[in-house]
Amino acid sequence: MEKIISLEKVAKSFGKLKVLKDVDLSLGRGEILGLLGPSGAGKSTVINVTLGVEKADAGTAYVFGEVMPQRQLLGKMGYMAQSDALYESLTARANLKFFAEMHGISKEGLDEEINRVAEVVSLGKALDQYVFGFSGGMKRRLSLAIALLGNPLLLVLDEPTVGIDPALRRQIWAELHKMKEEGHAILVTTHVMDEAELVDRVALLMGGHVIANDAPKKLEAQYGVPSIEDVFLKAEEELS
Amino acid sequence: MTRTLAIAKRILMEMMRDKRTLALMFLAPVLILSLLNYVFTINSTPSVEIGTVRVEQVVSDSLNQTSHVQTKNYVSEKKAKVALKDKKVDAVLTQTGENQYQIRYANTDASKTAMVRQAVNGTFTKNKVAAMTKQNVTLAAQNGQQAAAQSSVFLSEKYNYGDQDTSFFDTIMPIFMGFFVFMFVFLISGISLLKERTKGTLSRLLATPVRRSEIVFGYMLSYALIAVLQTAVIVTFTITLLHVEVLGSVWLLFLINVLLAMVALALGLLVSTLAASEFQMIQFIPIVVVPQMIFSGIIPFDSMASWAQAIGNILPMKYAADAMNAVVLQGQGLSAILWPIFALVFFLVALTGLNIFGLRRYRKV
Repeated sequence: MEKIISLEKVAKSFGKLKVLKDVDLSLGRGEILGLLGPSGAGKSTVINVTLGVEKADAGTAYVFGEVMPQRQLLGKMGYMAQSDALYESLTARANLKFFAEMHGISKEGLDEEINRVAEVVSLGKALDQYVFGFSGGMKRRLSLAIALLGNPLLLVLDEPTVGIDPALRRQIWAELHKMKEEGHAILVTTHVMDEAELVDRVALLMGGHVIANDAPKKLEAQYGVPSIEDVFLKAEEELS
Repeated sequence: MTRTLAIAKRILMEMMRDKRTLALMFLAPVLILSLLNYVFTINSTPSVEIGTVRVEQVVSDSLNQTSHVQTKNYVSEKKAKVALKDKKVDAVLTQTGENQYQIRYANTDASKTAMVRQAVNGTFTKNKVAAMTKQNVTLAAQNGQQAAAQSSVFLSEKYNYGDQDTSFFDTIMPIFMGFFVFMFVFLISGISLLKERTKGTLSRLLATPVRRSEIVFGYMLSYALIAVLQTAVIVTFTITLLHVEVLGSVWLLFLINVLLAMVALALGLLVSTLAASEFQMIQFIPIVVVPQMIFSGIIPFDSMASWAQAIGNILPMKYAADAMNAVVLQGQGLSAILWPIFALVFFLVALTGLNIFGLRRYRKV
C-alpha cells in the first residue's frame, strides 16, 4: 500500500508541556484513519505536524514521501479545521473561490468544481448567500466543502461532523467512503464514537503515544468490549 | 501574484460589506477636519485690549490703528494692574522713561499674547522708521538731494504661504491629512489580521500553498487602494470646501499618503500579533498612534529637547508630516522630500520583512 502519511517517532513540546512523546502513525491510499483521544491528547498537534504548520522537535513527518514542512505539498491536501474558519461577510461562493485560488486550482473549470463540492455537502442552493446568515451546521458543511476543493489526494479533517444533523452526517460519510474507494487517503479526528466505527483503522492517542492502532472491530475484540467507546474508556482507565 | 491579487480582492470585498467601517474611514476625517477648521479659525484673530499708562500719544494712536487692537488709558499703574487682573485688558503697556517701556501680559491666552506682542513691536518699529526717516529727510534736505523720494515710508508685507487670513488650521492641515490615513489604516488592518487569526482563517490560509509574503502583499495592495481613496476624499474636501491651499503637487500628496498608509499597515499587522483581541488592539492607540501625533510637528519639533527629538526621529509620522508640510506649505517638489520619502520606504521595508518573518509563528515554512 502506498504510504501517504508516515510519522516516525515524532515528538513535540510546547514550552515544558510534552504533547507528543513518540508517535508513529501511517496512512495509505484508499484508507480512512480515525484519530481518537481525549481533549488535550495532541490530536491537533498530530495534524499540525502533518500539515507542516508545526515542525517536529524529534522524529520525522513524511507526507507524499517528502519530509514536512513543505509548502508546495499543501496544494495536494485538503484541510478542515476545528473552527469553521470562514469569511462571514462574504458569500459561500466567494469563500470557495478564494480558497480555490489559494490552493492554486486553475480558473478553468473552477465554477464546476465549486458546484461539485457544494453539492457534496448539499449547499448548492445556498451558494450565493452570505455566510453571516448561515446556521452552525451550514458553516460546518461549507468548511468541509472547502477542504474538498480540487479533489485532493489527502484529506485532513479535524472534527468534521460536529453540529451536523444525522442525515447529512450519513451523507458526508458516504462521500468519504466513496473518495476512499477512489484511492484518497483520509485522516479524521472525531469525538463521535459511533463515527469511529466507520473508519478503517483507529489510532488511539493518549499520554503522548499512540497506544492502539488497528481496525475498530479488532480493537473491540482486543479489549474485549462491544464498542469503540468502551475501548476508549478502558484504555483511559488502564493509563491512569 | 495571482494569490496576492486574490487576497487583496477578498479584503476589499469584506470591507465593502462592512458599511459602518467604510463610512467611518471616509466621513470621520471630513467631520473632524471641519470641526478643527471651525475651532481654529474663530480663534485665529482675537481682539485684544491694551491698557496704557503714561504712554506717548503717537504710540497709543499707532496701536489703536492696528486692527483688532484697542487701547485704554489708565492714570496709574496700580489701576491698570487691577484691570489686568480682572481681565478687562489683555496687557498693560507702561512708559517708564524716554523710549523705555514695560509690558505686562495677562498671558491666559497664548494667541492674544502673541497678538499684543506683534502689535506693540509693530508700533515701535513703525515709529522708529518714521523717526529715522525724519532724520533722513532733514539730512537729505541739508544735502539737497533725494528729498522727495524718501519723504514717505511704508512697509510692504509678503507671505510665503496663504495671506492675512491664514489660520493655525491651515498650517496643521497637512499633518492631519497624514494622521487620519495613518490611524485608520493602522487600526483597521490590524484588527482585520487579528480577526483572521482568532477566527482561524489565517490557519486555514496557511494550510494552502500560499506564501507568507503573498499574504502580506495582499494586505498591502488592498490597503494601498483604500489609502488612495481616503486621501482623495480628504484632499478634495480640504481644498474645495475648506479652501486650504496646496502649493505643491497633489500627486506628491498621494505618494506620501500611500507610503504612510503602507507603513501604518505594516505596523498594524505587526502590532496585531501582540494583541489577543480587538479590545487590546484599541489599547495600542495611546502607545502607537498618539506619539505619532505629538511628534508630527504640531508642536514645533525644533524646540524640543534632544531626547524628545530622538523619539520623534524613530516615528514614521514625523517623516510623513515633514514631507507633507514641504509639499503643501512650501510647494516643494520631489527632490526636496527625498529624505523623508526614503525614511518612509525604510520603515516600510523593515516592517514588511518583520511581518513576513513573523508569520512563521503560524506556519514553519
